[in-house]
Amino acid sequence: MSEIEVQISNRLGDFDLDVAFSVPAQGVTALFGASGSGKTSLLRAIAGLERPTQGLVRISDEVWQDQHSFRPPHRRALGYVFQEASLFPHLSVRRNLEYGMRRVAEKDRLIPFHDVVELLGIAGLLKRETHKLSGGERQRVAIARALLTSPKLLLMDEPLSALDHGAKQLILPYLESLHDEFGIPSIYVSHDPNEVARLADRMVLLERGKMIASGDAANLLTRLDLPLSGYGDASALLEGTVSSHDNSYHLTWISLHGNRVAVPREDLPVGRHARVQIQARDVSLAMHAHSDTSILNILPARVIDTHDVDQTQMLVRLELEDGQTLLSRITRRSAMGMGIHEGMLLYAQVKSVALIA
Amino acid sequence: MDFDWQPVWLTLKLAGTTTVLLLIIGTPIAWWLARTQAWYKQALAAVVALPLVLPPTVLGFYLLIMLAPGGPVGQLTQALGIGTLPFTFEGLVFASVLYSLPCVVQPLQNAFEALGPRPMEVASTLRASPWDRFITVVIPLARPGFLTAAVLCFAHTIGEFGVVLMIGGNIPGETKVLSVAIYDHVESLEYDQAHLLAAGMLAFSFLVLMTLYLANGRYTRSHQP
Repeated sequence: MSEIEVQISNRLGDFDLDVAFSVPAQGVTALFGASGSGKTSLLRAIAGLERPTQGLVRISDEVWQDQHSFRPPHRRALGYVFQEASLFPHLSVRRNLEYGMRRVAEKDRLIPFHDVVELLGIAGLLKRETHKLSGGERQRVAIARALLTSPKLLLMDEPLSALDHGAKQLILPYLESLHDEFGIPSIYVSHDPNEVARLADRMVLLERGKMIASGDAANLLTRLDLPLSGYGDASALLEGTVSSHDNSYHLTWISLHGNRVAVPREDLPVGRHARVQIQARDVSLAMHAHSDTSILNILPARVIDTHDVDQTQMLVRLELEDGQTLLSRITRRSAMGMGIHEGMLLYAQVKSVALIA
Repeated sequence: MDFDWQPVWLTLKLAGTTTVLLLIIGTPIAWWLARTQAWYKQALAAVVALPLVLPPTVLGFYLLIMLAPGGPVGQLTQALGIGTLPFTFEGLVFASVLYSLPCVVQPLQNAFEALGPRPMEVASTLRASPWDRFITVVIPLARPGFLTAAVLCFAHTIGEFGVVLMIGGNIPGETKVLSVAIYDHVESLEYDQAHLLAAGMLAFSFLVLMTLYLANGRYTRSHQP
């Protein structure tokens, strides 16, 4: 039973939190919702920092709490990264990192100190005082400190929200590699669809303390009935593999089970897993496969459903040949002219593809 | 001039003992006051603060009645075979602990409240038990509070006069502390002796406070968040 099961009911004044979900104990699960939707309260309850009226938290065969028992946070094998790094100001960076590690029995220390320090790029900071670090550095130290307790579950509460855009872009690749390197399942709280697109495998969507959907991140991001696609920058995630490099035109081809798309040349080994993000506004639709266009990426697709964004624009949800989903934003007038309807076969012309993992 | 060092040593011994005892007693009280949501929190805080506003003679008067052979505490101490406390060094310690209680509890409570719950939460997610968290996180982070509490308590005890006079009297080597000695000297017009002791206390107080400010200033500078 390698899964994470969470059932939390809590009444806090006039706010009711009532969420139940169960996800495989691997990969990244995003808790997604607007501020005030209860994401942080839920994460704190999973950690045992709040004691809910009713709760069940089970990690594989380890019960952290149920009707009869409640383990306090220090007896749960978890790592927690707070919104602000919250490093101990009276300890050096190295002592901060060692704080949790020393409290774990030697036989349970599965993650080597040097691997974490290397991966998060903080080897040069070990002797520093914490108040001399930049925001991004502090958050990397906080992540490393949580990892060094070799947790069975890593909980992250918007660890990037306190950082500016530049620092965010610097730290995201570290977060992406965490999962591949250490294979620790994590729950990641976020309200940023792009962050979720880059990091999450699965999503749990919250609204006013209730769960409104959960499942595959790529699937949920393109569901037209959920608030996610309503954002101005609706996008789709596609999974594929690196198939070849075109050195003369400086491109890398990503194969999507039969079809392929081009991204700017990236130095990645052929055969490696790749995740690409395609913005709905970058996808136009055609009745025929044109070869007289500047667009390289043309994918046959079938219309699943449509949804008006406003009075001018609409989103079209498409299924590719391999079953993955794509979104296209076109004007309602074009849709009318083309006679777009459910089940229709079309060609999606993708102007730009971003490789995100 | 023949200088009598006995009141000086006695005073330092009294202040030292009181400070050590109060840090032990006051820390849990301050921690509780800083954390609790109980409705009677403010009432208890007011009781702790009472010695600050009460005339020392009032405190001393009630203590004398309580500790006297017929008083409730007096009967208890006699039953325990300790005898009675008034006009003994132990009695002075007892009174000083009550008298200086707010000097320890209030700075500690402020320091604990200023920490907020976050450092404790972080430590708990890093597998530290409550006791472990207190020793390794709260005490080091609240260090300026502990320093302030200790120094204030020490200085406040040295300066007490009314309570001592009521409960300790003026027994050389047992209860005759500095402030009483100065009063004695003035009463018998020995101004030279009084000057020496008073000036010594003035210099001592200044040195203590300056050391405290320097230490706290340095600590704060090196622990900017």
